[in-house]
Amino acid sequence: MRPRRGLAILLGPPMLWLVVVYLGALAVIFATAFWTTDPFTNLVVRTFTLENFRELLTPTYLGIIGRTLLIAVLVTVLCMVVAIPFAFFMARVAPRRLRGLLLAAVLVPLWASYLVKAYAWRTMLQPDGVIDSTFGATPGFGLAAVVLTLTYLWLPYMVLPVYAAFERLPESHLEASADLGGRPWTTFRRVVLPALLPAVAAGSVFTFSLSLGDYIAVQIVGGKLQVLGTAVLQNITLDLPFAAALGTASVVIMVLYLLAVRRTGALDNL
Amino acid sequence: MAAETASGTPAIRLNGLRKEFAGTPPVVAVHDVDLDVRAGEFFSMLGPSGSGKTTVLRMIAGFEEPTSGRIELAGEDVTGRQPYERDVNTVFQDYALFPHMSVAENVEYGLLVTKVGRAERRSRVAEALEQVRLGDHGSRRPSQLSGGQRQRVALARALVNRPTVLLLDEPLGALDLKLREQMQVELKGIQRDVGITFLFVTHDQEEALTLSDRIAVFDAGRIEQVGTAHEVYESPASAFVAGFVGTSNLLTGDAARAVIRRDGSFAIRPEKVAVMAVGSPADTGMMSADGTLEEVVYGGPVTRYVVALDAGGRLTALEQNAGTRPDVAALRRGERVALRWRADHVIDVPGPPAPERSPLGASPQQSPTTT
Repeated sequence: MRPRRGLAILLGPPMLWLVVVYLGALAVIFATAFWTTDPFTNLVVRTFTLENFRELLTPTYLGIIGRTLLIAVLVTVLCMVVAIPFAFFMARVAPRRLRGLLLAAVLVPLWASYLVKAYAWRTMLQPDGVIDSTFGATPGFGLAAVVLTLTYLWLPYMVLPVYAAFERLPESHLEASADLGGRPWTTFRRVVLPALLPAVAAGSVFTFSLSLGDYIAVQIVGGKLQVLGTAVLQNITLDLPFAAALGTASVVIMVLYLLAVRRTGALDNL
Repeated sequence: MAAETASGTPAIRLNGLRKEFAGTPPVVAVHDVDLDVRAGEFFSMLGPSGSGKTTVLRMIAGFEEPTSGRIELAGEDVTGRQPYERDVNTVFQDYALFPHMSVAENVEYGLLVTKVGRAERRSRVAEALEQVRLGDHGSRRPSQLSGGQRQRVALARALVNRPTVLLLDEPLGALDLKLREQMQVELKGIQRDVGITFLFVTHDQEEALTLSDRIAVFDAGRIEQVGTAHEVYESPASAFVAGFVGTSNLLTGDAARAVIRRDGSFAIRPEKVAVMAVGSPADTGMMSADGTLEEVVYGGPVTRYVVALDAGGRLTALEQNAGTRPDVAALRRGERVALRWRADHVIDVPGPPAPERSPLGASPQQSPTTT
């Protein structure tokens, strides 16, 4: 009896937080998505309707959802492409001192304000900015700029788990592969990559979900680009139920993504 | 069998093999080692940790590049080659099984990456798993196996490629005593069956003596002696070998002069020393010394007596408890005893004794202080 009470005291507050504040908010969003607004007063009317979801399936909003997905996928893939070799160098090649410096280089930007970093990219991307004067061209403000900026912003979330996975990978596994006749590329593909998969999956959950929900960087470097986040923002004061429907869409996408990641088995060994 | 193949090309030939690790000054891990391992031999490299035996093994596998010297495998110079270009396979100390592959996939790996056909792969994997008595464990994951089973998977994975030489890096080190003894027997049997040259690294002198056709005893990056178990134990080439292989019973200086009546360093194996009552007559050809019992350690089948000699120095005697009767009191500490041993059991150990090394060199059961 006593240990049970102890456990209840220990777990009670966090469970209360999780259920009431966290899941509760989600439930409210989900419920609101089925309501509507009074066209004159803009007040929420609590009558059940599927109208919000019907509007989601119009070409305009399907386009926005598709564009948001594309950004999230591109950002995630770019983060992987940059993070895997970088983390490999950090964990396996760099001498101890350099490793510390590189780790700091990855971590320090996390302390800087998100807004400052996004505006820094705006400055770099604008015509006559650093990128323009260095490379003679700039992607300008739009989808490419958003992908670049978000890749920069979320990169640490991919580098850190992959770095940890490289650190955990025993040297003897690489030696065993070479010993059994595996050339470097074979070793990478058959031994290293499978060992990295859980870490890459974990990192991708961050990069994907953060990209999916972002609306600030999009406003700063995206020009007129519309994504799920900006659409929510535009509707939140005038049509809260429709904003909730848009929010539900991103939650559904994220749940589907997590299920897909789980199917690869990557989360089993996390 | 070893004698027949001895005339042929050695499976491994090391020529002036040297390894220095960076540092100021550089650390010399292996000092110009020369060694021939015959084809089909079970050969052990025995030595304390840090003696260079594992570094030699890793250079043969290709994981470390020698600073200078030559490595030949079956007559072929492989010194500069990558691990995947050498016809050797390794059983790692931590087994290094791939956790994301099943047991069968682990064993199949070497065949898969060297592009052996599917049908042959399947039959050779089955055969290798059968050989280590894991025929029905192929679909398990390494994490679902016990330590001894993982050890056998590692062995099967290395053997399935039929290498010229199998390298074993303290493969039994992580197993408990009972399992280790059982695996020693299996290992010897498998080696006899497949006929592949085994190069075995160990710090356990008993393991080396039990398993090996020949042994190289390493100390501080050099080979102190190469010989059969019998040679290494009965006629150690140096004080270090005498101390590391078996218990050192070293008599030096004044004590040696008084007891052996010659100058030099001498070793006598404890089991060759008999404990008797003071004044009991000595036969011809026997040597004797009187002393006081310092320690009596009863160990079941044997009892160990440590005797402080009147002439100085200390000798250990190991006696079988074959004649011990439950109702007869054993000898006690402080009692006066006479030690007797045959003169021809005295081993001349050349070179200066290395007393500072003896605690390191003592075998595990002799030094309970090591933690």
